[in-house]
Amino acid sequence: MAELTRLTLAEARDGLRGKKFSAREIADAHLSAIEKARVLNAYILETPDRARAMAADSDARIAKGEAGPLEGIPLGIKDLFATEGVRTTACSKILGNFIPPYESSVTANLWRDGAVLLGKLNNDEFAMGSSNDTSCFGPVQNPWRRRGSNAPLVPGGSSGGSATAVAAHLCLGATGTDTGGSIRQPAAFTGTVGIKPTYGRCSRWGVVAFASSLDQAGPFTRTVRDAAILLRSMSGHDPKDSTSVDVGVPDFETAVGKSIKGRKIGIPKEYRVPNMPTEIEKLWLQGAEWLKAAGAELVDISLPHTKYALPAYYIVAPAEASSNLARYDGVRYGLREDGANIVGMYEKTRSAGFGPEVQRRVLIGTYVLSAGYYDAYYLRAQKVRTLIKRDFETVFADGVDAILTPATPSSAFAIGEKAGADPVEMYLNDIFTVTVNMAGLPGISVPGGLDEHGLPLGLQLIGRPFDEETLFSTAEVIERAAGRMKLPEPWW
Amino acid sequence: MSVDAADVRRIAHLARISLDESRVEPMRGEINGILGWIEQLEEVKVEGVEPMTSVTPMKLPMRKDEVTDGGYADKVLANAPNADDNFFLVPKVVE
Repeated sequence: MAELTRLTLAEARDGLRGKKFSAREIADAHLSAIEKARVLNAYILETPDRARAMAADSDARIAKGEAGPLEGIPLGIKDLFATEGVRTTACSKILGNFIPPYESSVTANLWRDGAVLLGKLNNDEFAMGSSNDTSCFGPVQNPWRRRGSNAPLVPGGSSGGSATAVAAHLCLGATGTDTGGSIRQPAAFTGTVGIKPTYGRCSRWGVVAFASSLDQAGPFTRTVRDAAILLRSMSGHDPKDSTSVDVGVPDFETAVGKSIKGRKIGIPKEYRVPNMPTEIEKLWLQGAEWLKAAGAELVDISLPHTKYALPAYYIVAPAEASSNLARYDGVRYGLREDGANIVGMYEKTRSAGFGPEVQRRVLIGTYVLSAGYYDAYYLRAQKVRTLIKRDFETVFADGVDAILTPATPSSAFAIGEKAGADPVEMYLNDIFTVTVNMAGLPGISVPGGLDEHGLPLGLQLIGRPFDEETLFSTAEVIERAAGRMKLPEPWW
Repeated sequence: MSVDAADVRRIAHLARISLDESRVEPMRGEINGILGWIEQLEEVKVEGVEPMTSVTPMKLPMRKDEVTDGGYADKVLANAPNADDNFFLVPKVVE
């Protein structure tokens, strides 16, 4: 039943409702695909028993005519989401064998709507990374390879397991989280669709915190329509997250296929960065042409503070991480290393439990928040953030409906290629995505084409707050014009 | 601004991360690399700009001050590395 893994989420939903196949069959097809794909290291925990039990419940509900919007749809869950009774580690040694006694709000919404848990997906440790190299479970392989080469490539990060699982047909959709680009960059690297919704759209409750003012959950899928379906179920106001916004959740799927005639699409000149590969520049122009052909009006815009978003991010995000990660002290859960006294115990536990990138960011964050440096770093960064947000507000006030940019400055690179001396080189991966987190806006990455090595490239659309619908309509125009991405055939 | 070896040791202690002496020098280099790159923010004119305190323009919601959760010490302690009789156990902190 391998073909069941080739369905889109929408096709599977309709087929399940029409009783063409059962939830149990579709779960089994995915479980066997996952087993064969272990070399990719996308799943760090497979939950076949739970998947089969949930699928059986789905079949019972379908039989009774009580199917939910995602009834019987098998999903992979990034290991940042707490899943009750199922090990959750954020891919850090410091969480060890943590078994949450509670369920994150986002995943609870998915199970409420009938979805089935296949397992937990690999990510960069505490979502800090752009290559999935920092996971304590080891790197994830991208199912894509350069034409004529067997060199393993990264799937991007931090949601690398989610991106690979969706691209390799190991689930019909996956959850991710995006703090600086962790959904959109891996989606671009794997030829999949990923959306980071508006800050406050999805509850952060039960999601392992990295940088609370930037973190937002979102879906990975193989089509724009599937992303709209999955995001609707993930979204919704949650009193347990004080930054969750109390607004209605539209039926995003109805936006897919809507005309974009007369819509104003902004092309920001600041995203034309030095040394941009010509293929990315070409794809960007091509994307603009596709939108124009669909009746959109293209306008040149300026977002003057763009270049400061990434350095400001590397103050704000580590600062928030250093306080969020203070909770890992060896007392209440996770790893403990004994020391001569309680401070020794804390210091040894955190040194043994956190990997090098996490330690580096906690130290940077501690420094920028420490006495005498707060104003020079953190306060200034938060002011720059106001200016970045104001740039966007100005163009939206001028009537721009959405902004088109490249998703990443390159296609997928080799595992280990950027793990060298300079951490800033890795940080530059997020140059086009991070502004969106700083301003709290929605952003979607949609496949646009292939580069000269045969690797996928993505286009990003940025929207007004709580206007994900325009992003879905516009992204679908690109998807239709580019043609559905033909994903790699299994070599694994 | 840049940090020296003593700063790195001080920051590591503030962050409660023990850093072997052999790691101090490489960490100093990495932190200074990042701080040097961040310095470009000094070009931005921020006089009179309010720092961002809320991503979405909203007031934090208030709720009634009442007990809404709890009563399951066993669940709270289930993942503890060391617990006894409904308490987390830690090394002795008072003489």
